[in-house]
Amino acid sequence: MSQPILTVKNLAVSFETYAGTIKAIRGVDFELFSGETLAIVGESGSGKSVTTRTLLGLNAKNATVEEGSQILLGDDNLASYQEKNWDQVRGSKIAMVFQDPMTSLDPTMTIKNQIAEPMIKHLGYKEKEAADATLELMKEVGIPNAEKHLNDYPHQWSGGMRQRAVIAIALAAEPDILIADEPTTALDVTIQAQILNVLKAQQKKRNMSVIFITHDLGVVADVADRVAVMYAGKIVEKGTVNEIFYNPKHPYTWGLLSSMPTTSTAIGSLHAIPGTPPDLLYPPKGDAFANRNAYALQIDHEKQPPFFKVSATHEAATWLLDERAPKVTPPAEIVKRQSYWQEHFVKEG
Amino acid sequence: MQNPDARKQIEIKNLNLTFNKGKKNENKALDNVSFDIYEGETFGLVGESGSGKTTIGRSILKLYVTDSGEIDFEGQDVQTMKKKELAAFRHKAQMIFQDPQASLNGRLTVENILGEGLDQAGYSKDKKKRRQKVLDLLHMVGLNEDHASRYPHEFSGGQKQRIGIARALAVKPKFIIADEPISALDVSVQAQVVNLLAKLQKDHGLTYLFIAHDLAMVKYLSDRIGVLHWGKLVELGTADQVYNHPLHPYTKSLLSAVPEPDPVKEKARRVQSYDPSFEKDGQERHMVEVEKGHFVLGTEAEVDRYKDEQR
Repeated sequence: MSQPILTVKNLAVSFETYAGTIKAIRGVDFELFSGETLAIVGESGSGKSVTTRTLLGLNAKNATVEEGSQILLGDDNLASYQEKNWDQVRGSKIAMVFQDPMTSLDPTMTIKNQIAEPMIKHLGYKEKEAADATLELMKEVGIPNAEKHLNDYPHQWSGGMRQRAVIAIALAAEPDILIADEPTTALDVTIQAQILNVLKAQQKKRNMSVIFITHDLGVVADVADRVAVMYAGKIVEKGTVNEIFYNPKHPYTWGLLSSMPTTSTAIGSLHAIPGTPPDLLYPPKGDAFANRNAYALQIDHEKQPPFFKVSATHEAATWLLDERAPKVTPPAEIVKRQSYWQEHFVKEG
Repeated sequence: MQNPDARKQIEIKNLNLTFNKGKKNENKALDNVSFDIYEGETFGLVGESGSGKTTIGRSILKLYVTDSGEIDFEGQDVQTMKKKELAAFRHKAQMIFQDPQASLNGRLTVENILGEGLDQAGYSKDKKKRRQKVLDLLHMVGLNEDHASRYPHEFSGGQKQRIGIARALAVKPKFIIADEPISALDVSVQAQVVNLLAKLQKDHGLTYLFIAHDLAMVKYLSDRIGVLHWGKLVELGTADQVYNHPLHPYTKSLLSAVPEPDPVKEKARRVQSYDPSFEKDGQERHMVEVEKGHFVLGTEAEVDRYKDEQR
């Protein structure tokens, strides 16, 4: 593969609160390659949103990026950026699409002006130039009769149209990296499908890299090239989309995949992960998932598992991959997926 | 699963409801909706936001006044119930809400949240009995004694929803409306709550009206499903009929938009678009039974075409 355009190494972020220090991100490593979509999957509190907010310096004041964290974009380490430095990154190099389009738009500004703003600020466009480019961009993201809606305000638009506007704003300064944080979670499925298509088309056209954050594995299967699964502030497994969906190795990934019904899941067969995620005020010593994990070994409770390589592109942090570990049979849903993997992706001999 | 000689628990006939009647923003929320819910089954309602799913649920509990039509619960019209009858009815029909945080009183302990329902049902006289009932309810939903003295903010989202379910069960209802009961929960916890709902139904013979926008979850839990679009029921049938043999173009479009956690299938999936303009052509459309229990909305010619397309 080519050189990554973004490399995150040993990222750790903690939050000071009245209750104590919450270790929200506890050592995260990943790379983002040119033109690809990396999906970060996990439940609330797993650290997926904090990770991406850190990439844009958007964390709350009580957050600290720990010493030794690296976020390498070109020659710059964003982890050591001060507030004044961020202006060169936000919008023009890395841009973000948030979950709720209503709260990420300015209600007192026309949509046209909100899209033109980053062009004027980052690309140095004159007003006329920006106005033309804005209209063009509105058409690109699929706003019908864009000419007639130039002077509209956000409240006049539906949720799906607003999210198109938010995407247009994010694309306005031609970023290399787009972070989409649950961009379709607030939308109906039919609108979700349209928004995902807009994102995919724009990514292809601009050869942009996308970090896509979601808890919806269906959406991940649709958009992702590679997937990172996060749990309790760490990545527990990462690989290509096919490796994660058809040959997963971490019991948490097993649990996630078997706890989501598809339209063909038979009644009574839905697997539930017992318990709740750990409190990151007191991060556990071993594998954070051990207490909810039916496959946990003694060592999972005592020692954090390292990453074990499964293939050149696939690794998982579970002691089950250690050569001394006993052989286990995953849940039925996963066995089914693995046999599909054997049939379709593993070459004979 | 549905018992073939189950009785109708709820009959909804030609229900119409208009919001802001006579004003500029008049909105026909329900348009001639009719369906039945049988005892012991789970009836799922799907549709996009604004399609009328929640409005139907609330109308059944008489939280809205409807324009016309009838809602019968065990043969009695809910709309004409007087105060006393309504109180009795609300013991039999309960609701589980979407946001467990917003639907639990933060100033009451769990014991008192559940106790309020028990008081209504007449358990308040004997303190010991009331306490025992609270503990029974907690056990039913997978919580324990220690939780009784705590306040809602001390619980996780999944646990709060369990308390919401326990509160609904306190008055021993027969019928429960679950309006998006899991959409505020994490994926790993959603399955826990769904499995709990299925177990409670089996143990207590409950009837559910399950409203959700997660189409895979509705399919998983429901015996029969109704598809709503712009306040109209456009298709009705068993979960298998509606999902595996859909007839109405809107149903087909909706189902084609659901992403599945299967990358190979996903890459091949094509979303079918739906053009609703024909709905406003002024023609009379009725629900037509195409096969046993499977209804679709349309004119005669349309229904024939839908049947042909399916072959």
